[in-house]
Amino acid sequence: MVASANTRLRLETAHLTALFGQHRAVRNVSLLFPANTVTAIIGPSGCGKSTLLRCLNRMHELTPGASVDGAVLLDDVNIYAEDVNPVELRRRIGMVFQRPTPFPTMSIYDNVATGLKVNGRKPRRELDDAVSQALQQAALWEEVKDRLHTSALDLSGGQQQRLCIARAVAPQPEILLLDEPTASLDPAGTQRIEELCHALKRLYTIVIVTHNMQQAARVSDYTAFMYLGSLIEVGRTDEIFTKPKVEQTEAYITGRFG
Amino acid sequence: MTTSAFRRHLVSRVMTVLVVILSFTAVLALVLILGNLIAKGASSIDWAFFTKSPVPAGQTGGGVANAIVGTGIIVGVAALIGVPIGVGAGMYLAEYGSGRLGFLVRFIADVLNGTPSIVVGIVGWTFIVKPTSHFSALAGSVALAILMIPMLARTTEEMVRLVPNSLREAALALGYPRWRTSLKVVARTALGGIVTGCLVGIARIAGETAPLLFTALGNLNFTVNVSQPMQTLSLQIYVYATGPFDEWHRLAWASALVLMGLVLVISLTARWVTRQRYGRIR
Repeated sequence: MVASANTRLRLETAHLTALFGQHRAVRNVSLLFPANTVTAIIGPSGCGKSTLLRCLNRMHELTPGASVDGAVLLDDVNIYAEDVNPVELRRRIGMVFQRPTPFPTMSIYDNVATGLKVNGRKPRRELDDAVSQALQQAALWEEVKDRLHTSALDLSGGQQQRLCIARAVAPQPEILLLDEPTASLDPAGTQRIEELCHALKRLYTIVIVTHNMQQAARVSDYTAFMYLGSLIEVGRTDEIFTKPKVEQTEAYITGRFG
Repeated sequence: MTTSAFRRHLVSRVMTVLVVILSFTAVLALVLILGNLIAKGASSIDWAFFTKSPVPAGQTGGGVANAIVGTGIIVGVAALIGVPIGVGAGMYLAEYGSGRLGFLVRFIADVLNGTPSIVVGIVGWTFIVKPTSHFSALAGSVALAILMIPMLARTTEEMVRLVPNSLREAALALGYPRWRTSLKVVARTALGGIVTGCLVGIARIAGETAPLLFTALGNLNFTVNVSQPMQTLSLQIYVYATGPFDEWHRLAWASALVLMGLVLVISLTARWVTRQRYGRIR
């Protein structure tokens, strides 16, 4: 991948292999995610794109029997090194899942504030500011500012997903991982999330997994195509979609398989 | 209407009526018990019944204040012992109990769940009454707690397992440590179910007699000292119902009604708690 010289490197995988028992779900993937860009990972179901994403914040290893080989470098530090605490690492890397997962026992406010509280007690005013800022970043503030202390479950699906984005960005992570964030949303909700990607990349390095190729084309600067656990091709999104170098990539984006 | 359509219609009707009859039969048991208790016991319930202790055999009057207070104390102490252990074990089984130890704990809980309650009473006698050479309310509480723990462990485990894994992952991805995820997100989400399980467990042991025969023993006098033998409503019913005096039989009916009412109130509270908590979760 060609990154311009002034782009600070944030995240990189080096010969990363992810296993479930003996099965290799991700095979020897080396990939750069330059700072303040959106990188889309596309590929057919079961190609290992979600597993790859879950390796980036060490969520993969929580699955019984799962293991990782190779390295993930965050600012040149291997996050799989002995002295890296995965719990602290996850505070630096936010993640949003396929389905909205608001905490059902918490209010809208508490859902956003909880990621901050887990880092230690904060003064009320600081929390208030951080919560409203995060909700603004997630473009949800105007809709919920008058009912911050009502249940998060009263929100619509699209609002819940934006709440999850607010929850993920509230602790000001350095990287934002989105795992098919619009899979369960209607077109309007999808559009709002995509607009958010554009707005948020000024602040974060974003990696988005999607099986929607139009979405990848719309939101990302770089696109990586995976198939059967291997990285087939990666490059600037416009190049991948207009003149892919590999036959398989072309077949996939033109809809001939997958 | 064709013959086959008519037949289907008929079978549907017959089945519906059959199911309704069976449901009513199931409810009928409760109605009969309650009705019988009210018919025979309600007239004996007055102020003295709740405030006075039993009078010597043969005399009329007196109440079962000692048994009501005793039930409260023995069941309360049993809950204090049993709830933390039972709920804790259930949390462990659901959140961490996938290994061999979890299997072992689950197996033991299931065996304990099926143990006759009189056996638990003998255990209480062997390990507490005999060494201290004293029947005591505390021994009764321990016996009831032993009955309660496996019940709570299994219901808590089931309730905690109902919490979707996506919530655990969401918390962990936020940088929650594992223990905090279990407490702050998982346990809180399952809290309604866990509280219901505890209340149902308490209602269950409140009516137990057998484990108390060898432990709390029973006491015709009023006491709040847990190192002494103590009366409960169930023991009172056992003694009075098998006794020779009409006066005792009368009080036994009334005690049964009160005990039944107590259990009913706890069960209804459990219902209410479940609705409060789960009404919100879609």
